[in-house]
Amino acid sequence: MNVNSKPVLEEPKTVFFAPISHPSPGSVGKTGTWRTHKPVVDLDKCTGCLICWLYCPEDTIIRLENDKVSIDYEYCKGCGICAHQCPFDAIQMVPEG
Amino acid sequence: MVVKTLTGNYAVAYAVKLARVNVVSAYPITPQTTIVEKLSEMIEKGELNARMIRVESEHSALAAVYGAASAGARAFTATSSHGLLYMHEVVWWAAGSRIPLVMAVVTRAIGPPWNIHVDHQDILDQRDSGWIIAVAQENQEVLDLTLQAFKISEDPRVYLPMMVGLDGFILSHTTAPVDIPDQELVDSWLPPRRQPYIIAPESEVVMGNIAPDEDHFMMRYSMAASMEAAKKVIEEVDKEYGEIFGRSYGGLVECYKCEDAEYFVVIMGSWAGDAKKAVDTLREQNIPVGVVRIRFVRPWPREKLLEILSGAKGVLVFDRAVSMGSTGILFSEVAQTLYPLNISLKGLVAGLAGVDVGPSRIEAEILKFIKQAEEGAIYTPTEWILPEKYAGRYPSSPKEVIAK
Amino acid sequence: MTVNIKRIPKKKFLMPGNAACPGCPETMGMRYLKMALGDNFVMVIPAGCSSVIQGIAPRSGIYAPILNIVFAAGASAAAGMKAGFESIGRKDVEVVVWAGDGGTGDIGFQALSGAAERDDDILYICVDNEAYMNTGIQRSSLTPYGAWTTTTWTGKREHKKNIPLIMIAHGVKYVATASVGYPTDFIAKVKKASQIRGFKYIHLLAPCPVGWRFDPALTGEIGQLAVKTGLFPLYEYENGKFQLSPLARRYKDPSNRVPVVEYLKLQGRYKHLINKPEEIKKIEEYIESIWYMIDVLEKAFNPKEEARKLLGSL
Repeated sequence: MNVNSKPVLEEPKTVFFAPISHPSPGSVGKTGTWRTHKPVVDLDKCTGCLICWLYCPEDTIIRLENDKVSIDYEYCKGCGICAHQCPFDAIQMVPEG
Repeated sequence: MVVKTLTGNYAVAYAVKLARVNVVSAYPITPQTTIVEKLSEMIEKGELNARMIRVESEHSALAAVYGAASAGARAFTATSSHGLLYMHEVVWWAAGSRIPLVMAVVTRAIGPPWNIHVDHQDILDQRDSGWIIAVAQENQEVLDLTLQAFKISEDPRVYLPMMVGLDGFILSHTTAPVDIPDQELVDSWLPPRRQPYIIAPESEVVMGNIAPDEDHFMMRYSMAASMEAAKKVIEEVDKEYGEIFGRSYGGLVECYKCEDAEYFVVIMGSWAGDAKKAVDTLREQNIPVGVVRIRFVRPWPREKLLEILSGAKGVLVFDRAVSMGSTGILFSEVAQTLYPLNISLKGLVAGLAGVDVGPSRIEAEILKFIKQAEEGAIYTPTEWILPEKYAGRYPSSPKEVIAK
Repeated sequence: MTVNIKRIPKKKFLMPGNAACPGCPETMGMRYLKMALGDNFVMVIPAGCSSVIQGIAPRSGIYAPILNIVFAAGASAAAGMKAGFESIGRKDVEVVVWAGDGGTGDIGFQALSGAAERDDDILYICVDNEAYMNTGIQRSSLTPYGAWTTTTWTGKREHKKNIPLIMIAHGVKYVATASVGYPTDFIAKVKKASQIRGFKYIHLLAPCPVGWRFDPALTGEIGQLAVKTGLFPLYEYENGKFQLSPLARRYKDPSNRVPVVEYLKLQGRYKHLINKPEEIKKIEEYIESIWYMIDVLEKAFNPKEEARKLLGSL
């Protein structure tokens, strides 16, 4: 038997700054401001195939009820992969501003 | 309690077993190798319920035990000399992560040329890293310190890794009777592993991504604060260990015949035994000299040294490691500590690469120092005790070589 | 094992607002990793782009617990973590190394080889963007012939080190190649690997818009073209058996391959050689040598009948 089989998490008892983080959005801020072009979804053309959602490197494509999609503009960096991969030409990259 | 005749390396292995370590990883290097051999044997015989990772390098050895410790396991590694130097970046990484961990360092010279004999260059090279660093004098202390290392490192006031130094061959391969405490007693004294966080699916902890510079700065600050807190923990652990197991060593430093001493030798490691013998001889001649043996290099026992040495007429530091271009490493530590005191101070670099010094030479150096100090306060940061083969042919201070 | 996109749960697999460049193949890969493994895994990340992608503490942009570790210690730290989990009774936690090509084939190779030889129960994923992108596009041993980098201004003179082949030579349990251009293929391979106990290696090609000099919208397409040109064959080696992945099988026949120029011309890193037929020829010869090797592997790692059948089809 190993009496030390379970480690105990115990709060440090000195001033303690540990190099610790937790997964959470916006670790470098609202990256939507990086965009020069923004993807615009044409829901009439969108078939809900989810190809754009699969290829999106940012997890900024939002799956709607019927798996049609919308864009999380707060964080989308505007790379254009979704528009390029869409088999139905349902996403257009439109200049910002 | 069982008394066995053990090498220093086996004393380490028995302590690791008593601590019920979960994961061991190491890479062979002389004179550390028999620690790992013994632990492998214990694990394969089922005497120690632990995982052994037989890695391909020291860099991996420390990374592996550090990974295991981050997952919540009590982990241990051992190395020496170039192995320790090869680990160096992981040494820093582990300390900065605040993950409790224990490593034995069998102290050995650094090349070139190849040399497997003792000096303290390897372990003292790690002194800025954030590890608690202790060095033992003899085999019993090796076992006791290794066991204590787990308690100190895992204390929530500390949460820093700890390395235990033992002198290559002089301790690592020389046998001496060692009391091995009862497992039940150790179990009742050493609590289950504690650590500030684990990296696991449910904790969602991410260790070590980029932090704002100010926070990074404060991480260093908090390590310094924990080092200060560790001083108290070390003294506590030494005291309670004495009450339970019958052996205390004085905590951060050991004092030998210090009470009425006017002159002091500061020394660390196994040759402190030689210094004690020299002091015994000098005491017979009524010369008031004592030995302050440094047990912990980090945290540096500043307050304790000031307290012990405040009435001293002179302090003679023996160094088995040198900071090239400066002085012996302990000397510079002692000198900055004793800055407020106006006393004679001398640093001797000796015993590098395993060159023997011995009690009679230490005795002669003490007498010489006292004579110099009695003639008027001296401050001699660095003199070298040259090997007999070369003594007399070269000046004892490298500075004089240039003068000529 | 096939992966149905529609069946992948509607949830987050990456934290948006991370520090990855637009069109980053690594964040694509990280999403697929989590799609394949769910929640019961930890990542070990040696220095590289993925160290930076996480962004600034106390937040992290990768949706997983992570042990960041020094450059050379990805595989060894992961081996230790796995042993640590097992030693405290947590055998189910998957430990995944996520390392770049430098952390895998250069500075991290010793630790990788050690863990592979010991058959440590970890999943090692090399995210190969073919240079030290994080430090500013310096050549690695996995940079391909001819590619411009900031330390090979006139193009690298040596071919890419074949790490997956070296891993096969270690005799590990599982080796696979994958490309971010084919997400479901990669997801299936990660899923399969996670069910195998022992050492698993997946080499994920990760076309980098910044370092390869292409429009970030093309990351997926270039990942596909690498396969379609025959430059980067997709295959699996599993318990002594070698097989081409279904979607890559057709490129064994040179007539089915897209001319490699189509791949090269999209990338600025090949701009200096695109009009030099002798340079293009060298790359074409390299492709031939890769497929010759594939043929040898298929014969070497398959039962004799199978090998004869394959020979007949050539």
